[in-house]
This record gives sequence, structure tokens and C-alpha cells, in this order.
Amino acid sequence: MSKGRKTVATRRQFLAAAGGAATTVFVSMRHASATPASMASAIRQITGEAVVQAGKVQLDVPPLVENGNTVSLTVSVTSPMTAADHVKSIHIFNEKNPQPNVVAFHLGPRAGRAQVSTRIRLADSQTVIAIARMSDGSLWSAKADVIVTLAACVEDL
Amino acid sequence: MASALINVPKKAKRGEVVEIKTLISHIMETGFRHSTTGVPIPRDIITSFVCTYNNEEIFRAMLYPAIAANPFFSFTTVATESGTIEFMWQGDNGFLATASASIIVE
Repeated sequence: MSKGRKTVATRRQFLAAAGGAATTVFVSMRHASATPASMASAIRQITGEAVVQAGKVQLDVPPLVENGNTVSLTVSVTSPMTAADHVKSIHIFNEKNPQPNVVAFHLGPRAGRAQVSTRIRLADSQTVIAIARMSDGSLWSAKADVIVTLAACVEDL
Repeated sequence: MASALINVPKKAKRGEVVEIKTLISHIMETGFRHSTTGVPIPRDIITSFVCTYNNEEIFRAMLYPAIAANPFFSFTTVATESGTIEFMWQGDNGFLATASASIIVE
């Protein structure tokens, strides 16, 4: 009898401990993922209250990628790239990586052409957004949806 | 020490838009991963890349952990005059790497 009671107590302790562990895991997982809301706030940090218009920007990302560890990304902006009218910066954001920022490029009239390529990581299937700031202060954006089969960034060793 | 690969055309016509490609070896550890024992692996990334043409900045990038390992960039510049194009990468743990290439403008 006393032996049985002891077993129950142990099981309770075990469940309590397991519950605690599960909560910890849940919290750390929630921490490790950006949300569309955090992307919106990251975008607001760059744009302020200014209006972002769709257009002028072309964002080329493969629609289906096998490996999220290297995804080629090319962004180009329609602009004459003269001293009076050029692209000042291009910012790339994502929805579901641990951090919403991906990269920021700063260019000027000496670029000649507003086109930049790089390779990025994507932790999940998601939307990638590019925002370009022009020399007149206007902001233009483009979106691309990407399906990722093997995620990057957060997988453990 | 980190090794960088630079691709700049050796010669260009004045006013021509030339493409510059750079690749540097770096693990770009995100800081979001854990080792097999559950210990978080600290972030170790390149945070900034600057390209100057005869000491004038023509391109700059701010990098985040979402840039793939061995960061690659391809961008353009107008060939204005002969000279040197210099590259500098800076990152966590005092990482610093530089490279340069010369260009002849005719």
C-alpha cells in the first residue's frame, strides 16, 4: 500500500517536471520565430510613417527552393540612377525567420544600375519583401512568396 | 584568415556599367542554433560590407543572420576612372577582412 502511494507521488513529480520542461520548450520555440507583426514593426523602423507603394521594385527569388540554407535573391529597381533621381537603399525583410531583417543595401548614383544579388537563408515557407528608398524619399516595394522544403537558421547540430 | 574572391573586370570603357561580384568564406553562425548538448551557439556573422572606388564609397550592405554562409554579393558601378576598388568586411568577434582590385578605364 505504502509502496503504491509512493509510486503515485513519483508519477506526479514526474508529470510536474515534464510539464515544466514542455513550457520551457514552448517559450523558447516561440522566441525563435519572427511573425508578420514583427516584420511589420521592422519595416516601420525603416520607413517611419511614410506610405510604401507597390511597384518599381522587382524581387527575384525562386518560388520553390529545396534548401533554405542558400536561396539566391536578386532585387532590381526601375530608376535612371542619376544624381537627381536614384535609389538610396534597398531593404529585404522576411516573415518567419527568427529575425525579420535580412539585409540592407545602400547605393547611390555611382551604381549605374540598381540591381543587387545575394544569397539568403529562409527558415520556412514565407513571404519575402523588398523595400526601396528613392532619393526623393518615396518608398516602393515588391513581394515574393517562397516555398521551402528544407528549413535553415534554427536547426541544431 | 578569411579568403575572399573578387570579380572585377580588368578593363572597361569610360561610363560603362560594370558588374562586381564578391564572395568571402565565413560560417555566418546565426546565434539561433543549439549544440547537441543544448548549449546555444553564439552568433558569429559578418555585419557590414563596404566597397569603395578610389576611396569613395559606392556600395554598402548591412548583414543579418539571414545571409547565407560565405556571403556573396553582386552589384554594379559606373567605370569613371582608372584606379583601385577596395572591399572591406567587418563582423562579430573583431572579424575584419579586406581585398582590392584594380581597374583600367579607357
